[in-house]
Amino acid sequence: MVHAIPGVEGFMYPNEVELQWGLLVVVYPYITGLVAGAFILASLERVFRVEAVKPTYRLALLTALAFLLVAPLPLQLHLGHPERSLEMYLTPHKESAMAMFGFVYLWYLMVVLLVEIWLDYRADIVRRAQSETGLLRIVYRVLTLGSMNISPASLHVDERLGWIMTIVGIPSAFMLHGYVGFLFGSIKANPWWSTPLMPIVFLFSAMVSGIAGVQGIYMFSMWVRKKTIDMRCVDTIGTYLFYAFIIDFSLEMLDLLHRTYESSESFASLDFMVHTRLFTSQIVLQIIVGTLVPLAILAATQVLTLAEQTRKRMYATASVLTLIGIFFMRWNVVIGGQLFSKSFLGYTTYKLEFATREGLLTAGVLMILPLFILWGLVKLLPPWTEETAS
Amino acid sequence: MRVSFQDAKHLISLVGLFAAAVGVFVILRAAVVPAGFGKYGHYRAGAIDDNRARAVKFAGQGECVYCHDAQLQVRDSGRHKTISCEACHGPQAKHVASDGKEKPAKPDVIPLCLNCHEKDAAKPAFLPQVVKADHYTGTTCSDCHQPHNPKM
Amino acid sequence: MRKTRREILLSAGKYILLTGTAAAGLESLTGTASADTTTPASDGYKMADHWWGMTMEVDKCIGCGNCVRACSKENDVPEGFYRTWIERYHVKEGDMEHPTVESPDGGMHGFPPTSTPVDKSFFIPKLCNHCADSPCTQVCPVGATFVSPDGVVLVDQSYCLGCRYCVQACPYGCRFIHPTKNVVEKCNLCYHRITKGLTTACCEACPTGARKLVDLKNPKDPVHDFLRHYKVQVLKPHMATHAKVFYKDLDGSVR
Repeated sequence: MVHAIPGVEGFMYPNEVELQWGLLVVVYPYITGLVAGAFILASLERVFRVEAVKPTYRLALLTALAFLLVAPLPLQLHLGHPERSLEMYLTPHKESAMAMFGFVYLWYLMVVLLVEIWLDYRADIVRRAQSETGLLRIVYRVLTLGSMNISPASLHVDERLGWIMTIVGIPSAFMLHGYVGFLFGSIKANPWWSTPLMPIVFLFSAMVSGIAGVQGIYMFSMWVRKKTIDMRCVDTIGTYLFYAFIIDFSLEMLDLLHRTYESSESFASLDFMVHTRLFTSQIVLQIIVGTLVPLAILAATQVLTLAEQTRKRMYATASVLTLIGIFFMRWNVVIGGQLFSKSFLGYTTYKLEFATREGLLTAGVLMILPLFILWGLVKLLPPWTEETAS
Repeated sequence: MRVSFQDAKHLISLVGLFAAAVGVFVILRAAVVPAGFGKYGHYRAGAIDDNRARAVKFAGQGECVYCHDAQLQVRDSGRHKTISCEACHGPQAKHVASDGKEKPAKPDVIPLCLNCHEKDAAKPAFLPQVVKADHYTGTTCSDCHQPHNPKM
Repeated sequence: MRKTRREILLSAGKYILLTGTAAAGLESLTGTASADTTTPASDGYKMADHWWGMTMEVDKCIGCGNCVRACSKENDVPEGFYRTWIERYHVKEGDMEHPTVESPDGGMHGFPPTSTPVDKSFFIPKLCNHCADSPCTQVCPVGATFVSPDGVVLVDQSYCLGCRYCVQACPYGCRFIHPTKNVVEKCNLCYHRITKGLTTACCEACPTGARKLVDLKNPKDPVHDFLRHYKVQVLKPHMATHAKVFYKDLDGSVR
């Protein structure tokens, strides 16, 4: 009786068959999550004076910047009319969560992150503006903004102001990613998204991915540079990752429990989806491979006394698995939220394309691009503690 | 530590940079925001006119009476009296605008009738319905039923 | 009388003027208003005097697809997308949560006949509900979609970014992205017609009068009697969108 539309099972409203938001909209919250998480890790050292994570402080800031610069690109690319995106700043609709993105983003990029990085690096910038030659000298001279004053008193001012910026930065980082969660969580038409837990779950998963990301990047860069990894640092980060992950996982389980117990209108539909179309990405990749396994690994490092080499391998594995898990968490939210009909009577299929504007290739480039930017930033503003000390 | 103004002077260029950026934004905003934006609400007032600008294709029942009185009298005497001409004859704005010179296509009778009158459990009881296989005799509907007043 | 008017109008030779008189014709057809033959032309339209909506008499819908086809022609709706569509419901006795629903091509070419009337079955015509508290206009980041002063949810296609947030926010599945214009597209209640005194293309083409354009601000509109006398419902009332498409005889299984 029911007419077959390829990929559709049951009934979809006729305009619903095609998904509106694809892979790029998965990549976008993933990247902003890494930004917020990396910044929160950096601020631990600054505000809470956790000396152990100091080796990653500047690296975390630069990582946050590199990813933040790329964050709007997936959104830009998915717009039907990218040339009109400036309207978001010119006539922002105050009732729209999305309109506020532009301002949260600008505030975070321009005020918080750039100012904090500039203040922290100012002494280095001034020194290199004097010691470098050629084009680099000009670059550093521009970055000094015209002041060569690095007297202890002026650096003290920077230190105090930087501290204030970090204090401002923590709620800003929360806002940046909490907002992304709100963007989904406030859509009452979509029961998969519409929950007040969404911003909180997004925040904690952001912290988890950011911490795992910085951990991975730190260990990888040390390996590339053939330097010794500061074990006290990675152990501490591993502990934070473990705790943040436990909170994140508890929140997600709370959400799941709540939905299952309430069994409201949409439950049968969502339950069916998790057992079929989302089984691989949700149960296997997000929950088992991306959460339970890294949690078990991290738990083992907390409980057991293990050799240094073993711990390094475990941290590296946990980081990579965590990043995969959080990616699929985003995937399940964004794609999962569009696979069922708002009539709760049917399901559609997401067709992932490869070499298109919103395809896999673009997403891959966007994921790798921040790493290249980070490489450039690291060359320009070396974050390594052993070098700045010398 | 004692801090003099001199030691915070480098921050002035930082503040200046932000002030300049905000200034550019404000000027750009004033220059680029379309005229009429915000007149009725948070949107471009001209968008309302844009929506009105489309050409009408269904002329509306009010137009038909001027020339097709005879047919309408037939229609009004039968069960099809609630049906507008264009429901079956299609959009006729061009026909009206050309003062009848633009001739409408003849409706494809059998499918047209079956759109409404093919038997379906979901159709309301007031509607006369036929099962095509039982009812159809090899002629067209209009051989027996005058479409403007379909009573036999 | 008729003849002289016709002569005047034809000598004017402008179609836009003709549409003004159509209002009078339409009103006599639906019994709306007095037979005032001096109905002003379209320029006299005042947004503040209107608040548009629609009524649906579910028991009159025969699922013929005339509305879908008319809408498609009037508004050049791209193939495979629908500003209005019809759904056919089959509900097994008392099983409100598991109706079987189908809408092949939005009902544009009618429905394949079902012969065995074991289940309760009926047609549901749908379109944008022109919600007064519309979640779709709320989320638009730039003000490219909005509720007009006369209560129609419109799109500014020259301003829309194509971000698709509004498509996500509509609980009824009424919005889609135009495949070539890359901006959002939806029912605008034939705004170009209703502001000239005509009814919408779908209502014009509906053979049974199941759907009627209504003006909630017009005291003479029969909608007031309709809403006073019948038990009516809007779609998904729990969404609290202040929808203005009112369904009479709506079954509880419809979503």
